[in-house]
This record gives sequence, structure tokens and C-alpha cells, in this order.
Amino acid sequence: MPSREEPETGAFFGRDRTWHAPALTPGYKTSVLRSPQRALLSLDGTLSETTGPVFGHGIIGEQDNDLIHNFAKPGESAIGERIVVHGRVLDERGKPVRGALLEFWQANAGGRYRHKKETYLAALDPNFGGCGRTICDDDGYYAFRTVRPGAYPWPNGVNDWRPAHIHFSVFGHGFAQRLITQMYFEGDPMIWKCPIVNTIPDRAAVEQLIAPLDWNNTIPMDARAYRFDIILRGRRSTLFENRLEGN
Amino acid sequence: MLRSRDVLRETPSQTAGPYVHIGLMPNSCGIEGVYAGDLGTTMVNEKTLGERITVSGRIFDGADAPVRDAIVEIWQADSAGLYNSPGERRGTADPNFTGWGRSATSSEDGVFRFETIKPGRVPFKDGRLMAPHLTVWIVARGINIGLHTRLYFPEDAEANAADPLLLRIEHRARVETMIAKRSGNDYIFDIHLQGSSETVFLDI
Repeated sequence: MPSREEPETGAFFGRDRTWHAPALTPGYKTSVLRSPQRALLSLDGTLSETTGPVFGHGIIGEQDNDLIHNFAKPGESAIGERIVVHGRVLDERGKPVRGALLEFWQANAGGRYRHKKETYLAALDPNFGGCGRTICDDDGYYAFRTVRPGAYPWPNGVNDWRPAHIHFSVFGHGFAQRLITQMYFEGDPMIWKCPIVNTIPDRAAVEQLIAPLDWNNTIPMDARAYRFDIILRGRRSTLFENRLEGN
Repeated sequence: MLRSRDVLRETPSQTAGPYVHIGLMPNSCGIEGVYAGDLGTTMVNEKTLGERITVSGRIFDGADAPVRDAIVEIWQADSAGLYNSPGERRGTADPNFTGWGRSATSSEDGVFRFETIKPGRVPFKDGRLMAPHLTVWIVARGINIGLHTRLYFPEDAEANAADPLLLRIEHRARVETMIAKRSGNDYIFDIHLQGSSETVFLDI
């Protein structure tokens, strides 16, 4: 029996695809031609899905989790509402996902992305790049600081605007846990108007993407804090699985 | 009343959006100096064991237009069939091979590309060997939850015919959508998101 410290190897709990957005969500127009029409082929996890790349803390630079400074000129900083975003990455069993790699990206305080395809007329901030990353500690805990992103318009409906959001990419311990999502901010009235948010059918699932203001961790005279916990798929025990070496 | 299973719910997926490169490949989209390099762009070095191959292809939407803003990731075993992962308990994988790669589809022609090695065979849950394969994951604007598929190799006809996953594809004509086309050590793997040649996507 594996000790508590040894990596787990069980297959992941099945994904609840009624909780996630379906592929075809016509209110989000680009999904119409980019959604598979055939049923997915189901596969209980093999080694190809239960294993995954793990990234050492060595890849993380000192300022990778500080978007206020990681693109800024020396002595300068990004413009906007200073915030700390922090939380834990757990799996569905409530176990911390230690060593999870988080990558995040966002627009600047005016809603402008630093990307060649972006044409929104709001200005770039010369001291803001918009990317960051970090690796969770042994408790699954992470934190980064940034400026609160602005809302921005996008060509979907005639007058669609994205709520303020930060994109997250997450690596757990198995490639089948791979997840990309978006974090929203408590109290933003734009959330409930957004066709991308509304791809998710269940209101409780949307609420899982909304980070509450975390007053206790707000740093006086510096930055407000938002709390965003991320849940990855849990995995089965291997106690009663076929042992490969026994076959 | 039944007691709750007391299980948390998975954080729901959202689209990666059109600017996914900012977060995942900043150096390749003009945000330089934050990270030394982009993760996943180098899978092999001069000491990596195995047969060097390239894998490239395009992703087509339902109107047969190439998707030029996607990110593709691959995950694969080393040449001996071992994964470079803590969850690999059968042995130690080649330390000179990451097993994981990430590539953006080109904003001009939509081509993604990996320089990697041909993977060895990995056992299925019951011990049967699966045919050599790469696990492929795609995210992009318009894709609400990442799409998983597999790439198999055309020269492994016998192994493919006995592959436990490929055997489960009910409509046999669709097996071809998971098999790359070969030209020397270059493999072309085109992915069709929908329509008559739609790629088989997996719920894994």
C-alpha cells in the first residue's frame, strides 16, 4: 500500500460534463463552428491520463507571481487597483494538490491586453505585461499580486462586454486534470450578462468562479485581497485495481 | 435522508480565449523578459534516447478554416514506454526527455509543431500493451472545455489494430482520424473539430 507521501496513481473521478459548459453554446458565437458534434469516446484512465508533467519550483522566477512589477521598468509599477489573489488548489476529495503549476493572464486596468491581435482603443500600460505563474506549496496554497483587470468589449453580440476576469491554467498531477478557467470578482454586475459565463448551465457552478473579497487578508494601505480556490478532479484509490505487474 | 458524499465539485472550465498566448507562451507573442523562455517548447536534448520525429498539423473548424489561435499540448511516454512523471511506478523515465510539449498554432497558416521522439508502448489497465501514441489536448477561443484526443502512428498497423482504445471506436471509419500521416520522420496530424471527418475526441 502506498504511503501518504508516495504519488497517487488511481484513475480520476469522471468529469461531470453537465456541470461544465457543453461544447456547443450558440450565445458564444465562436463555439458554433468549434464544437464537436459527435459524442466523446469515454475512457477510464490509463497511465497516459493518470500521469502528467510536474514542474519544479526551479522554473519560477522571483517576480513571476508579481504582475505589478514583472514587466515594469525598474522603480516603476503597473497602474490600477492593486490586489492580491490567493487560495488553494484542492482535488474533489479536499486533498491539497501540492506542486500544482498555475499560469495566469489578464488585461490591464483599462481592459487592454498586450497582444498583437487586440485592437481595443484603451491604452496599453507600459509597465504591465499581463502574465504570471506560480507553483502551489505543500498545502496547495498559492498567491500572486496584480492590478484588477478592466472590463472590455468584444465582437460577439453588438454590445457584449467581458466582466473583469483573470484566466487560469492549471496542471495537477495527471494530464486528465488539465484545466483552463476564468476567475471573476465578487459583486461585478457584468458577470450575469456575459455569454461566456453563461455557457455554464448551473448557477452554482458559475458561483464557483467568483472570487469573494477577502477582507482579512487585505493589506492596509497597499492592496485588497480576493480568495480563489480551485478544485481539480479527485482520483480513486488503487487498492482494488488490477496490479499491472500481476498480469 | 441520504448523507452527502462530501465531495467538492470540480472548478468549471472556461474557454482559453483568443489571448491565451499571453499566459502560456508570452515570449512568442511579444511579451519578453518576464520568463526566460516559454514552457514546453523544448522536449528533447542531444542526449534524449529514441527515434527523433516531428509532429505537425492544423486544426480545422466546422467550415474547414484552420484555427489560428489555438494552443496544443502533447503528453507522451519516452522511447521505453515510461512517463516522466511522479505517478510512473514502473521505472525511471529518460531524464533527458520531458514527455510534455506545448505549441501555438501559427497566426498565419495555423500550423502547430513539435520536435519529439517516437514513444514506446504503454500498458492498458489490464496489462495489454497499447499502441504507441501521444495524448493531445487542445484549447482555443470558442472551445469551452479542452479537447483530448490521441495521435497514433501509421506504421504500427498491427499494434493499432489491437489497441484497446482504438478497438472501442464503434464507427470503424473514424479510427483513421486518430492516425497521423507519415513522411519520413515527419508526421502530419490534422484535427477536425466538427463535420464529416471529425476527429474522435475523448472523455478521459
